[in-house]
Amino acid sequence: MSQSQRKLVEVKNVVKTFSVKTGTFKKRDLYALNRVSFDIFKGKTLSLVGESGCGKTTIGKVILGLHQATNGLVNFRGKDISKLSPHKRGAIQKDIQMIFQDPYSSLNPRKKIKTILEQPLKIHTDYKKKERLNTILSLCDNVGIDHSYLNRYPHQFSGGQRQRIAIARAMILKPELVLADEPISALDVSIQAQIINLMMDLKEKYRLTTLFITHDISVVKYLSDHVAVMYLGEIVEYASKKQLFNSPKHPYTQMLFSTVPDINTPLETDSVLKAGEIQSPIDLPQGCFFANRCPYKVPSCSAAHPEILDVGDNHLVRCPNC
Amino acid sequence: MALLEINNLKTYFFTRNGVVKSVDGIDFSIEKGEILGIVGESGAGKSITGFSILNLIDDPGKIVAGEIIFNGINLLTLSEEKLEKIRGNEISMVFQDPQTSLNPVISIGDQLIETILYHNKKVAKKDARKTCLDILKLVGMPAAEKRMGSYPHQLSGGMKQRVVIAMALLNNPKLLIADEPTTALDVTIQAQILYLMKKLSKDMNSSLILITHDIAVVSQLCDKIAVMYAGRIVEYGRKKDIIFNPMHPYTKGLVACLPKLNDENDRLYQIPGIMPSLLNLPEGCYFKNRCDYADEECNTYPEKKQIDKRILFCHKVKEN
Ligand SMILES: Nc1ncnc2c1ncn2[C@@H]1O[C@H](COP(=O)(O)OP(=O)(O)OP(=O)(O)O)[C@@H](O)[C@H]1O
Ligand SMILES: Nc1ncnc2c1ncn2[C@@H]1O[C@H](COP(=O)(O)OP(=O)(O)OP(=O)(O)O)[C@@H](O)[C@H]1O
Ligand SMILES: [Mg+2]
Ligand SMILES: [Mg+2]
Repeated sequence: MSQSQRKLVEVKNVVKTFSVKTGTFKKRDLYALNRVSFDIFKGKTLSLVGESGCGKTTIGKVILGLHQATNGLVNFRGKDISKLSPHKRGAIQKDIQMIFQDPYSSLNPRKKIKTILEQPLKIHTDYKKKERLNTILSLCDNVGIDHSYLNRYPHQFSGGQRQRIAIARAMILKPELVLADEPISALDVSIQAQIINLMMDLKEKYRLTTLFITHDISVVKYLSDHVAVMYLGEIVEYASKKQLFNSPKHPYTQMLFSTVPDINTPLETDSVLKAGEIQSPIDLPQGCFFANRCPYKVPSCSAAHPEILDVGDNHLVRCPNC
Repeated sequence: MALLEINNLKTYFFTRNGVVKSVDGIDFSIEKGEILGIVGESGAGKSITGFSILNLIDDPGKIVAGEIIFNGINLLTLSEEKLEKIRGNEISMVFQDPQTSLNPVISIGDQLIETILYHNKKVAKKDARKTCLDILKLVGMPAAEKRMGSYPHQLSGGMKQRVVIAMALLNNPKLLIADEPTTALDVTIQAQILYLMKKLSKDMNSSLILITHDIAVVSQLCDKIAVMYAGRIVEYGRKKDIIFNPMHPYTKGLVACLPKLNDENDRLYQIPGIMPSLLNLPEGCYFKNRCDYADEECNTYPEKKQIDKRILFCHKVKEN
C-alpha cells in the first residue's frame, strides 16, 4: 500500500451499549453502535453522515476515549486504544482532538478565551509566552475570531462565535486526527464557507486527518475523500465521495439526497409525511433497520438483517436489493 | 392589528470593555398566522432579539429603548409576574442551546408534564402525560414511551432538540420563537419538524419567528424575512423578494454562500473578511469593509429606504 493510503485509524466491529432505565424497575440495553467498522487514511477526510441519534457522536467519543467500546477495536497508528481513557494514552492524547457538537458545555465558563486557547500550549509545548500569543493570534485570524474577543468569557458570545472558539481550541496543537462533531451546523452560511475552506487548507498544510461528523450531506461534498452513511448504529453505505455522489445506492442515502432543502423547492409535504418513524435502538428490529421507512420495501426485508456487501470498487452497501 | 410589533428596539450590554450594542434600533412586525425568518451572520443579534421579546435579558444587558407590542400591549411595561404568565404559554421559545431549557436531573417526561401543569393546574396528571407522549411522537422521537424516563444526557443532540421543540408546543402558543430549532437534525427529520411547525401555524393561526442561518430553510418556510448584520436589520421584506432578488450586498453574499449539491466548484464562495466586533464598529455602513460596491458615500450610515414592499439600508441600491 502506498504511503498516501496509510491507515491512521482502524475501527473494527465496535459495539457500544448503554444501560438505560425504561420504567421504574426496568433496565434495558440500548444499542448505540452495532459492529461499526471503517478506516481513516492519513491526511484524508472521512465524513460520517446519518440521522440524529444514529451513533455518530458515540463513535467519536469512543475514538477519543471518553467512552469505552463494549466490544471491538480502535487501532490508532497500529495500537489498540479502544479501552484506554484519554489520560492513559500518553503522547497519543494530544494527537487526537475533538470539536464537540455542543459548543456551550464544552468551554469552561470561568475561563477567558485566551486562557482556554493558551492552556493546551502550556501543557504540551515548550513555547515561550510570545510564541504562544503569536500562535493564538494567527489561529484566531484563520477561524475568524476578532483579537479583542480574547479577554472575554464564553457566555459573552453568540452560538456561532463559541463554535469558532471550540474549533480554534481543537486546532491549536496541530493534532494528527481531528474528530469534528457537527462543527459547522450552528454557523451561518458565510461562516460555514469560511470554516470549510479553512479545514481544507489545514488538511493540505498539515496533512490533517479528519473524521467529519455531520447530518448535512450538502457540505460533505467539499471536504471528504470518503463518506460513510450511518443509520441506527450501523454503517449502511461506504464509498469514495465521487462514487457516493454519483450513485448513492442505499435507500436511506437516496432519501438524504432528495430531501436537502433548496431555495427553489417547497417543503416537500409528500416525502415528509411518508418518512415514517425511526426505529428504537432499544428494541432493534430483526430485519433491516430501515425497512419501515423504505419506499422499496419487500417482505424479505423484515425477515433477516442484511450484511454490508461490496458492490464493486470498495463501494459497500447494506441492502441486498440494490 | 399585527400580533407583534417591534419598534426601535435597542438591547445593549454594558461590559467592562465598552457598550455592546447587540440589537441597535430594529423594527419589524408579524401578523397572526405569519412566519417571519430572521437570518444573518453569527453574532449579528438574532438570539438577543428573541430573548428581548420575552424580556429575558440578564445583567449586564439591558433593553434601553423601544416597544414590544404583543396583542396591543407593550410587554416592556408589564411586571415580571405578568410576563411569567405569558412566557411558555402565549409566547414560547425554543432556545438555540437545548441545554438551557432542560434540567439535567429531571427526566424529560416529568419536565414536559411540569410545563403543562405550571400554566394549567386543573389538568389531571394522567391527561398531561398523554398529551406529552403525543407531542413527543409528533416531533418524531423514536420510542417516545420508553424515552419519557430518560435524562437529558442520555439523549443525542438531535433528540434533545426535539424534546425542547415539543416543550415549546405544549401550550399551543400564539407566538413561537424558534432559535435554530433544527440545526442538529438530519434533513429528513428537519423537513418533518419544519412541516409540523408550518402546519401548526396554519391550523391554529399562530405565528412563528424562525431564527436560523439556513437560507434554504427560511426560503421553504417563511412569508417574510429580516436580514440582520451587526445588531441592525439591513434588509427586510417578503420572502420572494429577499431570496430571489436580494438587493443588499450582504444578503446577496449570503445567498451566494449556499452550498449546492450540484455545484461544480471545489471551494465554497465566501464573503470576504469577518463581521466587525460590536465594540469596534466602523464609521458609516457596518458592512462597507467587506462590500464590493462601497465608496465614500458609505462613510455615513445609510438612511432607511423603501422599495416596493422592501425596507433596505444601503446607499448603493437606487430606487428603480
Ligand atoms: N450516556 C448515555 N446513556 C444512555 N444512552 C446514550 C448515552 N449517550 C448516547 N446514548 C444513546 O445512544 C444513541 C446514539 O447517540 P449519539 O449521541 O451518538 O447520536 P448522534 O448520531 O450523535 O445523534 P445527533 O445527530 O442527534 O447528535 C442515542 O439513542 C442516545 O440516546
Ligand atoms: N452577556 C453578553 N455580554 C456581552 N456581549 C454579549 C453577551 N451576550 C451576547 N453578546 C454579544 O451580542 C451579539 C449578539 O449575540 P446573539 O447571541 O444575538 O447572536 P446571534 O445572531 O444569535 O448569533 P449566532 O448565529 O452565532 O447564534 C454577539 O456579538 C455577542 O458577542
Ligand atoms: Mg451527535
Ligand atoms: Mg444565536
